[in-house]
Amino acid sequence: MTDIAPAIELKGISKAFGPVQANKDISIRVMPGTIHGIIGENGAGKSTLMSILYGFYKADAGEIWVDGRKADITDSQAAIAAGIGMVFQHFKLVENFSVVENVILGAEDGAFLRPSVSKARKTLKQLAEEYEMHVDPDALIEHLSVGHQQRVEILKALYREANILILDEPTGVLTPAEADHLFRILDNLRKEGKTIILITHKLREIMEITDTVSVMRRGQMTATVKTAETSPEELAELMVGRKVLLRVDKQPPTPGEVILSVKDLHVTDDKGVERVKGISFDIRAGEILGIAGVAGNGQSELMNVLGGIMEASGQITMMGAPLPLSGKGSDGFARRQANIGHVPEDRQREGLIMEFTAWENTVFGYHLDPQWQKGPLMDNKAIRAEAAAKMDRFDVRPPDPDLKAKNFSGGNQQKVVLAREIERNPDLLLVGQPTRGVDIGAIEFIHQEIVRLRDAGKAILLVSVELDEIMSLSDRIAVMFDGKIMGERLPAQTNERELGLLMAGISGEPGKEDWKAVEESLAAVEQEEASQNG
Amino acid sequence: MTLKTTFLGAAATALVMAATAAVAEPALIYDLGGKFDKSFNEAAYHGAEEWAKETGGKYKDIEISSEAQREQVLRRFAEEGFSPIITTGFSFSTPIANIAADYPDVKFVTIDGYVDPDGHPNVLSVLFKEEEGSYLVGMLAAEKSTTGTVSFVGGMDIPLIRKFACGYAQGAKAAKPDIKVVANMIGTDPSAWNDQLKASELTKAQIAQGSDVIFAAAGASGLGVLQTAADENVYGIGVDSNQNYLHPGHVLTSMLKRVDLAVKEAMTEGEDLKTGVKIEGLAEDGVGYAMDDNNADLITDAMKTSVADAKAKIISGEIKVHDYSADNTCPALDF
Amino acid sequence: MDRMPAWADVVLVPLISVLLAAAISAIAIVLIGENPWEAFKIMVEGALMRSSGWGYTLYYATNFIFTGLAVSVAFHARLFNIGGEGQAVLGSLGVTLACLFIPWPHWTLAIIGSSVAAAAFGALWILIPAYLQAKRGSHIVITTIMFNFIAAALINYLLVNHLRPMGSMEPASAVFPAATHLPSFHDMFSFLGPKMFRGSPANVSFFLAVIASIGVWLLIWHTKLGYAIRSLGFSESGAKYAGISPVKIMIIALLISGGLSGLMGVNATQGEAERLILNSAEGAGFIGIAVALMGRNHPLGVFLASILFGFLYQGGAELAMWTSIPRELIVVIQALVILFTGALDNLVRWPLESLFVALRKKES
Repeated sequence: MTDIAPAIELKGISKAFGPVQANKDISIRVMPGTIHGIIGENGAGKSTLMSILYGFYKADAGEIWVDGRKADITDSQAAIAAGIGMVFQHFKLVENFSVVENVILGAEDGAFLRPSVSKARKTLKQLAEEYEMHVDPDALIEHLSVGHQQRVEILKALYREANILILDEPTGVLTPAEADHLFRILDNLRKEGKTIILITHKLREIMEITDTVSVMRRGQMTATVKTAETSPEELAELMVGRKVLLRVDKQPPTPGEVILSVKDLHVTDDKGVERVKGISFDIRAGEILGIAGVAGNGQSELMNVLGGIMEASGQITMMGAPLPLSGKGSDGFARRQANIGHVPEDRQREGLIMEFTAWENTVFGYHLDPQWQKGPLMDNKAIRAEAAAKMDRFDVRPPDPDLKAKNFSGGNQQKVVLAREIERNPDLLLVGQPTRGVDIGAIEFIHQEIVRLRDAGKAILLVSVELDEIMSLSDRIAVMFDGKIMGERLPAQTNERELGLLMAGISGEPGKEDWKAVEESLAAVEQEEASQNG
Repeated sequence: MTLKTTFLGAAATALVMAATAAVAEPALIYDLGGKFDKSFNEAAYHGAEEWAKETGGKYKDIEISSEAQREQVLRRFAEEGFSPIITTGFSFSTPIANIAADYPDVKFVTIDGYVDPDGHPNVLSVLFKEEEGSYLVGMLAAEKSTTGTVSFVGGMDIPLIRKFACGYAQGAKAAKPDIKVVANMIGTDPSAWNDQLKASELTKAQIAQGSDVIFAAAGASGLGVLQTAADENVYGIGVDSNQNYLHPGHVLTSMLKRVDLAVKEAMTEGEDLKTGVKIEGLAEDGVGYAMDDNNADLITDAMKTSVADAKAKIISGEIKVHDYSADNTCPALDF
Repeated sequence: MDRMPAWADVVLVPLISVLLAAAISAIAIVLIGENPWEAFKIMVEGALMRSSGWGYTLYYATNFIFTGLAVSVAFHARLFNIGGEGQAVLGSLGVTLACLFIPWPHWTLAIIGSSVAAAAFGALWILIPAYLQAKRGSHIVITTIMFNFIAAALINYLLVNHLRPMGSMEPASAVFPAATHLPSFHDMFSFLGPKMFRGSPANVSFFLAVIASIGVWLLIWHTKLGYAIRSLGFSESGAKYAGISPVKIMIIALLISGGLSGLMGVNATQGEAERLILNSAEGAGFIGIAVALMGRNHPLGVFLASILFGFLYQGGAELAMWTSIPRELIVVIQALVILFTGALDNLVRWPLESLFVALRKKES
């Protein structure tokens, strides 16, 4: 092993943004022909490190070595020249260009496009066969599914003859089936001798695909271990710095009376597109109903209607009383009056006012409560005292009510929201993406709080795109696709694969569970979409 | 701090002393339009300059920049002993009325403004009979017109400008009873005095309606009217000062309003200024129409005779020109 | 986590901006052959070293406080009300109608009546732009600036055709009855000496402005409504989540803003002119924008910035009186202050932030 030079070697990389030390003396060796995982919580410095490697940032100190030679990567052009390709979390594709146009964009050979295009077409065909990455070279990007768009990003890098591929949180936007396919592509690439750096915060992915894994915490590299020689528990501990309970510890549910009943709900957004197409379900006291689905299939709209943010048609009753779905009495204030708590999917745009202090956010949505009034004014003193108490109970750090929300980490922001919504003891709690962008330590706490509320006999509607979260928290699972509920399952009687098919819109039988069927069905769905758009 | 205060105070006092040294210098305060408006205020400036050149005297002048400064500048100048303090524009009449009693030794002149002489013995109000001068140029316009339509472009829509327009229309109709008179105002805020572009557009619109003689009473905006009239090969009529020279052959005449003379006279009289109300009409040569080499070829002898005749009749009282501001109506024009 | 201590943000940044503006103004004054130090002395002496100078400074400042507060209240909802000019003019109309057509027995009652009328008329003038913004998304900047022109035309029409006393040349209303005249600082503080504030227009409305500042402070940071306005301003999606109706709060915030602009009429029209004149707002509506920017939309900041601009106005008048610095250059000086404190704020802020970060690094 010592004879082979590492594909990438970073030596003592440091980078500071103002007072924040994003990377501190990081050294890492990535061997050729391996998949090297980099795992760490949000803000651990993974993205900064990769941005340095790709030439977006200049390191304050340290060296980058590629294939045993010191490389001076000053910009992304230099990175590409050194054989490094990057697939970003948010794709950088031109939506109304075709696949082949996107692939050659920036890598045209001369002033005329035609020779480049035909050359690219040939290369694409070759690559597609080699790595099982079929895409129609003439399809427009906007007509492709997210999974296919990601494939185009990878093809782009390969077309530029990248030997080292960096993928930043690649599965965040994919269905489980698409994620599985991605991993097969990565496996093929590895077999062909390519080197892959996979950045993720999902332990399962690390365990599944990588050869070696490096753990980052607070800007530092805490460990690099062989994947085969470690366990998720050990990695979690390395990431957080303490022992973490990865499984949600909960008793079987004891469902009571129906709290919320939804019948034939239709939601049309302000562009006139029907996002929810007639769904019905009940939630009982003391149970968690999890709604699984790929983002953008109507779950957000469902939450928004229940939370009073959007108008809808249909029927909902809360503990027997009908709730208005439009006009007067259908806003967030009225929903809170009906004792519905709401932890929104996007805490930064909805659940909190980032420019408000923590104490101001403590009454956000409840600021009209007489409890917070003192004559014509708001009782800021009482609110601040309440905030301090809540922050203490929910272990918000730092426990400073005067700090602005934007200055808390994602997990602590979420705790502020959760404390506000849970502590009012709602009969129904809507929870959207409770752990998105939240570190592992806080995830554990948040999950426990949600289960505790359930055990107190409250109804909970959970929407999450994290299948793991849905599986481990829910007492019942409903899968949404294209505004409809594709099916309901009990967690004990289903698995990720089945849910994945439902999420892709295939209410298939267990027998159809093989790859070909999924691929065919996906292709059919895509074509339908494309023809609708065309 | 106190030391600094004293120092600054002393410096300023020294400065003020320098200004007070020449007691009873006259002062001239221009209206918001500013000193070089090519019209009313500038005429006052020329009058003052002429006085200074002829007598070698010195005067203080200032352009104000806000309404509240009217009273402020009047007071500060009065306190420093300037006299007479001459102001241009009717907006000074109320501030002068407010403060004149506080400075009985200072004389104030309001040009275009009116302050009741009872109770304000140290104020001279100089008023012009704009309607009389406008009447005469209206006659000339109608007689020159071949299309049967003449027009008027006013600056800001205020009574003073309507007074011009009303006199003009009366004169035009007196010369040709069936003539059509078109009148437009540039705007309703002070920017109307300084909007040559819009003035030019209005002029074009009026020409499109058939007008071939256009009278501009619009401050600096009037320059746009005269320019456009010249470009379109019709006739313009200037205002306040003699503007015939601007486009020789295309400025039919100018309605003169001798603000310059009024200022010069007030400065000449100095501290012996006779206060009260002075009305400057045709009889006093305070208004009139301009004749010079630039428009000699444009005015025929017949036209000369007829306006001279009308002028005599107005002076004698045989022709009465209606003053719009007397009852806010105009017999010859609807606003 | 903030890059600069609060005092640097509130005090140091505006101070350096003003000094930069002063430096450039000084260069301009040198270029036209005058002595900038003398000019500065004249400004300070004329505006701050005599009680009548203060009387003018505070009079202008009162106008700017009202319009500045107006801009800042709207800005807390992230709405840019640049129609302060028109709303102030309409406020003046309200004052005029209240003073001319209601027989007030005493100024103490008259000021209450005229304030209500001023606020109501100012608010009325922003109602249509507010409705169009909230319901139809028509941009408030465009609509309010158009309403400035409509206001000017409306007032002109009313003055020329209806409110002007018969026979008067000037497009101005009749002088208000004596019972509505507000006590000036000269009247109020003459016990300190007969020359105190003599001849200056500062009047009791200054205290109305102080009350309005405190009121806005309470409103924005101590009431449910202020909470809702700020929530909406920071995040419309957040406001919807919290059950705050963006339409309702937008309209209310703008009505308050228009009302505050309108209140300027009490100072300018009832306090100073004692009659309605054309152009009674005289650009104070626009200065309000600069004042709000400089004052960081905080009533105390607005108050201090208004005093600064009052000083610039009064000092500028003194310059015009006692030097040959032309009126236009005085406008340039005022514009430079606006430019540096408002538009070029980051010119000072960024280097200063880096400086503070560097200092902190050194410490640690």
